[in-house]
Amino acid sequence: MKFGNTSIGQFIPGESVIHLLDPRCKMIGTFVLLTALFMAGAPWDFVPWVFLLAAMPRLSRISMRAILRSGRPVLFLVMFTMLLNVFWTPGNEIARLGPLRITEEGIVSAFCMGVRLYFLVVFAAILMMTTSPMAFSDGLERILSPLARLGLPVSEMAMMMTIALRFIPTLFEETDRILKAQMSRGADFESGSMIKRARSFIPVLVPLFVLVFARAENLAVAMESRCYVPGGHRSRMRPLVWEARDTKAMSCMVAFAVFSFLWGMCLPKIASICLDML
Amino acid sequence: MDQVPIFDVKGAVYSYNETGPPALDGVDLTVMPGEWVAVLGANGSGKSTLAKVCNALLVPAQGACFSLGLDTSDPGNAGAVRQGVALVFQNPDDQIVASVVEEDVAFGPENLGLPSGEIERRVDRALELVSLTDLRKRGSYSLSGGQKQRLALAGALALEPKALVLDESTSMLDPDGRRSFLGCLGELNRLGMTILQITHAVEDIMFSGRIVVLGAGRVLWDGRQHGFWDGKYREFGFSEPPELALYRELASRGLIDPLTAPRVDDMLEALCL
Repeated sequence: MKFGNTSIGQFIPGESVIHLLDPRCKMIGTFVLLTALFMAGAPWDFVPWVFLLAAMPRLSRISMRAILRSGRPVLFLVMFTMLLNVFWTPGNEIARLGPLRITEEGIVSAFCMGVRLYFLVVFAAILMMTTSPMAFSDGLERILSPLARLGLPVSEMAMMMTIALRFIPTLFEETDRILKAQMSRGADFESGSMIKRARSFIPVLVPLFVLVFARAENLAVAMESRCYVPGGHRSRMRPLVWEARDTKAMSCMVAFAVFSFLWGMCLPKIASICLDML
Repeated sequence: MDQVPIFDVKGAVYSYNETGPPALDGVDLTVMPGEWVAVLGANGSGKSTLAKVCNALLVPAQGACFSLGLDTSDPGNAGAVRQGVALVFQNPDDQIVASVVEEDVAFGPENLGLPSGEIERRVDRALELVSLTDLRKRGSYSLSGGQKQRLALAGALALEPKALVLDESTSMLDPDGRRSFLGCLGELNRLGMTILQITHAVEDIMFSGRIVVLGAGRVLWDGRQHGFWDGKYREFGFSEPPELALYRELASRGLIDPLTAPRVDDMLEALCL
């Protein structure tokens, strides 16, 4: 048994077109794209998104396998949401499983919801895989900087996010280590009922929590010894500069979002005109 | 002109709680610029507490600590002390903040608010000193244990400190990683860096010029290498490292001066390595 995969959604250093973009451009662009994705309501609305996803390995220099794998942690949630939609959406009944009714609308809705959720996670993962946590926190700090005037500790929040992201692989490794240690002492995490299996994870969670608190304390001391002062002024080795390529990339992302929206609006009409002509 | 000691600890007492014995119980220690001092002691002897006191992370309840001539009990001096006295901890995973090598090295200088050109220069130099330049764009999580410890050292060096305090920084390294790390420290010491090396392993102290033995929060012994190896190490319960056997053999064959300290550098020179 191996706990998780430390590479999922983790920053992969590189020099690709997407890597070189300003983190603010990537974050705002991803937000625009995901908003447009949530407007897709029919299966054919996802066609442009499939093409966009297909272009990602070329633009990010990250393999399609790694990109698709980033959606794996939410597959259970996707399946569960799809099942709920299949059985609980009212409409034209096409089959019946005991008291549960499967409707035509339910199948369409389940497909759309599943694909939407999966794409959401995959595109968010591409953002994380191409943006270092430090750049991500710099970008977030700059985007949220107006809120600092209202007294919100934006720079501390951004630093917390950087550290949280940095420690994800470390915590995965530690959890795996504790799991193996418990298994070597006879712990069984793989058999029995759901409740029994959930209960068997308690001996893993307790040492993990202790370890996380110890790590947090050590890190705080180490950061203090490296002259970090919460809320203090920090300069940057590479200050964020919005360049022409960022404007171009942002234009492309907005144009794609508008196109996908129009595609969803116009495609049914175009299809019906074509059918009428035939 | 008299030199100002890098560390001047005077009768320092520090307790983590009121009921237990103090971690430091009247420690006196003076370290001059350019010295490499190894602080040796068993677990619970107060070594790590002493390291934190020297870095102004802890303030002695009694006595005083002057680091770089600055009183560490004055909170206004904490920034200057931490900039001038860099601390490297036991577990590199606990002190690496960023996910990319060069970003982590830049963390300290960024906290000092330096201009970007100066930060870049310091990062370049620190990475060069620890031979990690080729890995600067790599993810910090993908480094080996030895490389991670060298990254932690680079992060400390980027502050351009006058002294390094190493709190059992070699204890998680394999023999190769340990040798490479200690070699790196040797080079820094030759360049004039003062080193306070906290350790419980006798094989780690062969590079240092002076040894301080700590026990139950007190200084039990303070002297030069040959004095320590002249039977003292047994008194404190330490065993002879293989390097010492080599030293004795070299001395018996007349390849090394038996009156000098058994430093690894001298032994390597005697062996023409």
